[in-house]
Amino acid sequence: MANPNGIGAAVRRREDFRFLTGQGTYTDDIDRPGQTYAYILRSPHAHARIRGIDLSGVSDAPGVVAIYTGQDMAADGVKSLPCGWLIHSRDGSPMKEPAHMPLAVDKVRHVGDSVAVVIARTRGQAQDAAERIVVDYEELPAVIDMNATLAPGATSVHDDVPGNLCYDWHLGDEAAVDAAFAKAAHVTKLDLVNQRLVPNAMEPRVAIGEYDRATGEHTLYTTSQNPHVIRLLMGAFVLGIPEHKLRVVAPDVGGGFGSKIFHYAEEAIVTWASRRAGVPVKWTSDRSEAFLTDAHGRDHLTHAELALDADGTFLGLRVRTTANMGAYLSTFSTSIPTYLYATLLAGQYRTPAIYAEVKAVFTTTTPVDAYRGAGRPEACYVIERLVDNAARELGIDKAEIRRRNFIPADAFPYATPVALTYDTGRFDICLDEALKMIDYDGFPARRAEAKARGKLRGIGLSSYIEACGIAPSNVAGALGARAGLYESAEVRFHPTGSVTVFTGSHSHGQSHETTFAQIVADKFGIPIETVEIVHGDTAKVPFGMGSYGSRSLAVGGSAIVKAIDKVVNKAKKIAAHMLEAAETDIEFSDGRFTVAGTDKSLGIGDIALSAYVPHNFPLDELEPGLDEQAFYDPKNFTYPNGTQVCEVEIDPDTGTTRIVNFVAADDFGRVINPMVVEGQVHGGIVQGIGQALFEHAVYDPESGQLLTGSYMDYCMPRADDLPSLQVTYHEEAPCTHNPLGVKGCGEAGTIGGAAAVMNAVVDALAEFGVGHIDMPATPEKVWRVIQAGKMPMAAE
Amino acid sequence: MPTVSMTVNGKSVTGEVEGRTLLVQFLRENLHLTGTHVGCDTSQCGACVVHVDGASVKSCTIFALQADGASVTTIEGLAAPDGTLHPMQAAFREHHGLQCGFCTPGMVMSAVDLARRDPDLTERSVREGLEGNICRCTGYHNIVKAVLAGAEAMKVTAEAAE
Repeated sequence: MANPNGIGAAVRRREDFRFLTGQGTYTDDIDRPGQTYAYILRSPHAHARIRGIDLSGVSDAPGVVAIYTGQDMAADGVKSLPCGWLIHSRDGSPMKEPAHMPLAVDKVRHVGDSVAVVIARTRGQAQDAAERIVVDYEELPAVIDMNATLAPGATSVHDDVPGNLCYDWHLGDEAAVDAAFAKAAHVTKLDLVNQRLVPNAMEPRVAIGEYDRATGEHTLYTTSQNPHVIRLLMGAFVLGIPEHKLRVVAPDVGGGFGSKIFHYAEEAIVTWASRRAGVPVKWTSDRSEAFLTDAHGRDHLTHAELALDADGTFLGLRVRTTANMGAYLSTFSTSIPTYLYATLLAGQYRTPAIYAEVKAVFTTTTPVDAYRGAGRPEACYVIERLVDNAARELGIDKAEIRRRNFIPADAFPYATPVALTYDTGRFDICLDEALKMIDYDGFPARRAEAKARGKLRGIGLSSYIEACGIAPSNVAGALGARAGLYESAEVRFHPTGSVTVFTGSHSHGQSHETTFAQIVADKFGIPIETVEIVHGDTAKVPFGMGSYGSRSLAVGGSAIVKAIDKVVNKAKKIAAHMLEAAETDIEFSDGRFTVAGTDKSLGIGDIALSAYVPHNFPLDELEPGLDEQAFYDPKNFTYPNGTQVCEVEIDPDTGTTRIVNFVAADDFGRVINPMVVEGQVHGGIVQGIGQALFEHAVYDPESGQLLTGSYMDYCMPRADDLPSLQVTYHEEAPCTHNPLGVKGCGEAGTIGGAAAVMNAVVDALAEFGVGHIDMPATPEKVWRVIQAGKMPMAAE
Repeated sequence: MPTVSMTVNGKSVTGEVEGRTLLVQFLRENLHLTGTHVGCDTSQCGACVVHVDGASVKSCTIFALQADGASVTTIEGLAAPDGTLHPMQAAFREHHGLQCGFCTPGMVMSAVDLARRDPDLTERSVREGLEGNICRCTGYHNIVKAVLAGAEAMKVTAEAAE
């Protein structure tokens, strides 16, 4: 009998009641007794040497408790914020890894870099007092442009990294690619800017440090996607606090999208300052600070070339990318343009030879790290823009050229030329379904109808693949990860039959409290109401690597299944004892343990009670209790994939692009909750649309000021900018190597979305001789392209 | 410090505030009504929307003192005292109109006001009406569905009350 709230059911969310009634507990909703407030004085300059900091008169300001500078922290032994991935350059040398002190010591390296912290009784008092601080800055040239930063004689962002090159890395067989290009009938080339974005989770970051003098225990409440990772990084590397004296709590978190993975300076500052000042210290970012200090995303410059034969078969792909690290190496930063980008350049295609070169550079800008998709949207954009242009250049239908080059269903497992082995996929199903949903065959008529109204209509495809379920630890380790990336779970039956699950995954919008409970209810055959999911507190959950890279279900969910299996095995032993049968004769289904071939059975609730109040267990064979822990390390990445199709209409008089239809057909393996999956896809797609049409973090190249530092300047997608979306999925190719057959759905929409929109925009503008337009396709940019295209000589 | 008095969710409240104290700070910090959220500092995101004398207002945009004598409803005051969700709240749950929940209080308060002002909402008018509320999770697709359904349910509830 199927559990009505089990796997596959569109169960309404258990999280919603508290969020809908204002009873969520986000970090800023927490106040600790005696709490003080931190205000962090930030650099107004992109690049400057700190000659001195004059604090005179600051401590006299009303309410001030303490003031600290970078010198104070350094003198107390505080160390640099670490980077989690070590990348080696092609010559074998390790990447350059300059220090990133929580408060700047000698230099500031981006606008918003932290300089000093004022702690006061109220937030306003802290801010008022900080205005009395006088910092003597010796201004240095800003280093903004990625090409300029590598030019000879460029100012060094870090004195110990002359030339500003973090690493010069490559992947693939260069000679094979050269050979492929030598025999190509056609080469499609593109220069692409994957512009810098600001993740903009709606909840700004918050951190509260609290030190208990009686026990010597530190507690950090923080807006994090992975509290255990923060505990490890901050405790072991920055502040030198052993784990048993450091608790990290990430309660309800208002969105992350990658930006809350990383260990941030403010977490270390409030934790350290709470001990130093002897009071709880709370820091709440305002949105302006968030724009300056949350890690940004993307920011690649790429030259890419696709070699094809006369039939449109892909022969080789050559990609050269420069990736901006910003001023410091954030936690995952170095892995994004390498192992989460270049390894995906095969896409869904049989391209036999691929070669990628990636240079990572330092600039005087906010650090860049994972933002939803993290490397994979950049890879998809490179491939799918090339494929659409190649189709146009060769006069092949853009769906047909994809179909011709897809890795066929019978070719799996398929080893790509760029280090990954795809376990399974049915790319044809997604393509066919997406084309049907958008009525691809009817497009020429719609284009003609739009033209009659004076509008330009375009259609664009994006067939994406991603590597998710990060990560098989041995693979990650071989690629430079300084930690394995398994997940942990503990499944605890209570004596009266309810269950608490402790997961190392973290939910900040993904609905784990519902979907994980569905899995547990399904597997145990118990009502979902008796299952509680606990996450986000290092004092409760044994360990966890957190949520990012669409890994929660594929890795965290698998860990839960593994723990469930252990519980069932233990319960079988107890059932065998209680039913006086051999353990091998006990069968478990629908919540009951039955002696095979008999009507003797016990419910799992009876077993749980017996497990905790036993009188006669054979103690050398059977321990009391029903509580099991598991660590699950994936055997491979998972490979969610799909095809998205976007149809746009452009008003040539204004340059305004309107998305008239957007469809997505995806393969996420088995689906636990279709309602939640569709919601994840919707949100992901709109972040892709946001990049394509609206969003761009812009720095002034001279002053290094962030010109798009608020919602007045940085264009977030809003409800009236967007269409409704059509999404569907198939379950014909479940993941072959995890127990749930799941692949992950959190990033898919964003990974494919921008390419689909931009392919549609370019398609609409093709009649003006336009082969490419950089994101975001703002009305101004589109209008200028149209105007230029109207002049006969201007067309390329 | 000056004193401010108002009715919040049907209860009379009084507190001392600085002149610069925003209404949202008064609600969150003095009254500990933390359901109203702060998502920006430029009155753009709408996470802080409450009702002041029945109309939606971004509570980061007015000083607490400006709300002296007013009747304020926050997200905590929307459901029935027995916990029964307001039809708009119920519609957001039914249609998965929220993910992380951070924009949700402001989104729901704006939606209720929108539905009260326009009994014949369309997808277009909902999208335009929510232009001042930013959500980063949902792509708005399910929010729009929820608001249309919630507005219908509010009509039914209102008719039943007549």
